[in-house]
Amino acid sequence: MCEVKVITGTSAAAEAARLADVDVIAAYPITPQTTCVEKLAEFVANGELDAEYVKVESEHSALSVCIGAAATGARTFTATASQGLALMHEVLFIASGMRLPIVMMVANRALSAPINIWNDHQDSIAQRDTGWIQIYVEDNQETLDSIIQAYKIAENDDVLLPVMVCLDGFILTHTVEPVTIPKAERVREFLGVYEPKHAYLDPDRPITQGPVGVPDCYMETRKQIEDAMERSKKVIKEVNEEFSEWFKRKYGNGLVEAYNLENADTVLVAMGTVCGTIKDVIDELKKEGKEVGLLRIRTYRPFPKEDVKELLKDAENIAVLDKNISFGFNKGALGIEMASILKNKKICNYIVGLGGRDIRIEDIKTIINDVEKSEDDKTAWIGLKE
Amino acid sequence: MQFPREELFAPGHRGCAGCGAAIVARLVLKAAGKDTICVVPTGCLEVMTTPYPETSWRVPWIHVAFENAAAVASGVESAIKALKRKRGKFANKKINVIAIGGDGGTADIGFQALSGAMERGHNILYIMYDNEAYMNTGIQRSSSTPFMAATTTSPAGSKIKGEDRPKKDVAMIMAAHGIPYVATACISYPEDFMRKVKKALSIEGPKFIQVLQPCTTGWGYPPHKTIEIGRLAVETGIFPLYEIENGEFRITYKPSKRKPVKEYIRMQKRYRHLTDEDIERIQRYIDEKCKLLGL
Amino acid sequence: MVTIAAIIYEPGNSIRNKTGSWRTFRPILDNNKCVKCENCYIFCPEGAIQEDENGNFKIDYDYCKGCLICMNECPVNAITKVREEK
Repeated sequence: MCEVKVITGTSAAAEAARLADVDVIAAYPITPQTTCVEKLAEFVANGELDAEYVKVESEHSALSVCIGAAATGARTFTATASQGLALMHEVLFIASGMRLPIVMMVANRALSAPINIWNDHQDSIAQRDTGWIQIYVEDNQETLDSIIQAYKIAENDDVLLPVMVCLDGFILTHTVEPVTIPKAERVREFLGVYEPKHAYLDPDRPITQGPVGVPDCYMETRKQIEDAMERSKKVIKEVNEEFSEWFKRKYGNGLVEAYNLENADTVLVAMGTVCGTIKDVIDELKKEGKEVGLLRIRTYRPFPKEDVKELLKDAENIAVLDKNISFGFNKGALGIEMASILKNKKICNYIVGLGGRDIRIEDIKTIINDVEKSEDDKTAWIGLKE
Repeated sequence: MQFPREELFAPGHRGCAGCGAAIVARLVLKAAGKDTICVVPTGCLEVMTTPYPETSWRVPWIHVAFENAAAVASGVESAIKALKRKRGKFANKKINVIAIGGDGGTADIGFQALSGAMERGHNILYIMYDNEAYMNTGIQRSSSTPFMAATTTSPAGSKIKGEDRPKKDVAMIMAAHGIPYVATACISYPEDFMRKVKKALSIEGPKFIQVLQPCTTGWGYPPHKTIEIGRLAVETGIFPLYEIENGEFRITYKPSKRKPVKEYIRMQKRYRHLTDEDIERIQRYIDEKCKLLGL
Repeated sequence: MVTIAAIIYEPGNSIRNKTGSWRTFRPILDNNKCVKCENCYIFCPEGAIQEDENGNFKIDYDYCKGCLICMNECPVNAITKVREEK
């Protein structure tokens, strides 16, 4: 028996943390994440969730609290966005370096300056190399489901890496959708309790965590993280399948979602909510007899190289949409990475939706037309004002 | 037998000969015992005790970064609470959570996290081992560096005579947080220091101890004088020993007659640029401070 | 093999690192003069001075770095120093 609630993405994230029976929550408010930590505060205040709710004085401390708690064997949760995520930057590396399965909701928001509270992906893309698994979701249901999955992935002995579940600020965080809430007992049974074997502070087993990584060991620690990332691909796929058996919902193969890729010469590649708009356009064009496909990248890290290569092997016109920009290279992160794995293919990169700029149906159609008539790779900024 | 014999801080660490920080760690663990989790931010104590694959710690220990020891300790304490309550972990043992940070990691870069942890009321003890500069990076001034002391970033020049600002009073700032226990201590008075650690650990809530720890390398004196110099810091009134329990201030050691600061200052290279006039100035400043504290 | 997250599972294994080789001067403790005040014991940064089964303090030269705090703090001059022969 499930319950359906009409809730925002941030509430869905809070519900997921409650269902996962987290032990320690560190909360510092930032738009558009706030309603998530507010909801969690309510849960704790009403006794619906038995957790320590630590009202920290910054995002830097938020993640530091989670690290201390996770290193003591607790299941932890925090949430942030934009400047808050940037402030965490230093500690993000430490969470993965210490191999702690922390789960964090990121409400994707543009970075200053100028200050902007609206959506793009620059904040989490800038944290690409911190050793965190990154899942980009498309709707509120996927937000809830992905956070539950995130614990199962992060706590897997083959992985032991932190996970950020990224949802588009305002587009999901402040928009209500019907969300199916599974039974708490079912989720707890699905996840089990977190019993770390590698890292927990306990006087009965005095270990030293976070020592000085001398040159003789440091490089190995980096390779271990890379190997864990590689192994996580399989785990993410398995968890996606297992989740679908338990809860009857799945998201592509876990790493990517293919939409109308068969018979499509033109394929759009994107992450997050824009994929919803793209699917609408694809359906509309299909009625007109035109086949266009979408490859939604769900996990940006680990990057699904093999799936991308396989699924796009016949595509002729590849349009990569990026809600971020690498200054000085005039491409977005996804555009750069697609070009690096798909040799001898025409890949056009479209910079879209920065700082909350609307991405309209017409913009998607413009991109489709543009990539089809382009003779070579290019980068174009879509929706710029004159 | 005056002191407990259990050694929870192992030899073989890379601290300098005569290192005061090592004495802090040893005394804290003797006072706290084995049911203790230590959180140590980046700094001398961290670097000299844990070069992988070796550790000098016989208690569970964690280092995360430079500025967040108080936040990490908050997380450790919160996890213990939650796991005890929800899953009966830690066999309902009383576990001490102790952060031990240097003056840079505490009074400067870790100050925000420290203030947050103290204000939130976590049941932790934060110990600031105060050697009055960033020793690990090569003796740069911190906000805990005293007036006119020379460091590599407050050098004694022809125009500026070392550090141009007085030492930040971290213990009093912690007391202003209204926490149940604040104390100052010095490694030269081990009974006093260990008594304060024990007392702090017996009190529920946030506790703060600032322990003065002379540094042979940073202060410029021969290693055998570490304890002697610490004693002089107290005997001169430069570093008063007190505790503030539930808001009640109490001097815990009162020198029968304060020694002149000159005795302390002339033993250290960091003050060698000072003239007798400069020392007089420091003497007057210390006299004023001691008057306020009733020393 | 490097452990996961470089966690060290052997408490206090820095005892492998014999810091006695750092010494320039060697403190010598005369137990006949010792009054068991424990100054040398408690002030040693290495914990290199320990009590033996007869209640006498002994200096562990495997770890003593020769800082001579013990000599300086001994109230009865029971500790003297000699230069290490290299």
